[in-house]
Amino acid sequence: MILLTRKIEFSASHFYNNPRLSPEENHRIFGKCNNPHGHGHNYTLEVTVEGEPDPVTGMVLDLKELKEILEREVMQRMDHRHLNYEVPELAGQIPTCENISRVIWQLLEPKITQGKLHRVRLYESPDLFADCYRNGAGAAGKP
Amino acid sequence: MSSTLKIELGRRYRFSASHRLHSAHLNQEENRRVFGKCNNPYGHGHNYVVEVTLSGNVDPATGMIANLADLDSFVERHMLDEFDLKSLNEDVPAFRDTVPTTENLCIEIFQRLKSFPSAKLERIRVEETGKNSFEYAGDISEGNHQ
Repeated sequence: MILLTRKIEFSASHFYNNPRLSPEENHRIFGKCNNPHGHGHNYTLEVTVEGEPDPVTGMVLDLKELKEILEREVMQRMDHRHLNYEVPELAGQIPTCENISRVIWQLLEPKITQGKLHRVRLYESPDLFADCYRNGAGAAGKP
Repeated sequence: MSSTLKIELGRRYRFSASHRLHSAHLNQEENRRVFGKCNNPYGHGHNYVVEVTLSGNVDPATGMIANLADLDSFVERHMLDEFDLKSLNEDVPAFRDTVPTTENLCIEIFQRLKSFPSAKLERIRVEETGKNSFEYAGDISEGNHQ
């Protein structure tokens, strides 16, 4: 099995607030991220697809096609957007790395028909990221 | 559908420390041969990068596997305070009799952080330099192997 990874970057704003909690609880749990005016990040997304190379093309999937899927599903939805207000798939969820990576998985998984989505890794900054896998797939390509 | 997915959270920390690779079980020539310049008696240092990976349920109320402030203060207390700007050989009891290679450092950091209460520690990856990195995900006895 081959793992193939493509990276894209997008910039978006967000803030963390749970309307079911009091302002004091929101501030205690989310700290600076609770600022209602929001703040932004340059997100880096790494999408990893698993599969066997096609004997004719030598490719797991056509990178052009993956690029178009990422453009349509992720860039157009999230780049230069406010994640709390402009991305319906995140409605009702706190837009943490964990939740955004899961939403991106759910958007991409049905669209990738050559090979299989293996991992979505979303960096909010170089020091913080979330990974989303199929349960049981294991990290770093381990079976 | 979400229950079929597994989410992990990765956080990177940095510390700088010195070490010397030297084994009491080897004589001077053997130490020199095995460890090369890392055996220099005065030691040397690295800027280490430690990647901590956690797994667990994403709390619907917070959207988080673990609160980052809790994780940061835990790591600060159990790792950074004791390793940053220290000599691993002299200042960390675990390395009095164990060679402070980055392999052993991964294991030591895993042991120190595995009791983090809010999520499961999946693995520790340590970059000794930009070119070398090491990873440890616990032993079978720690129930960490799938």
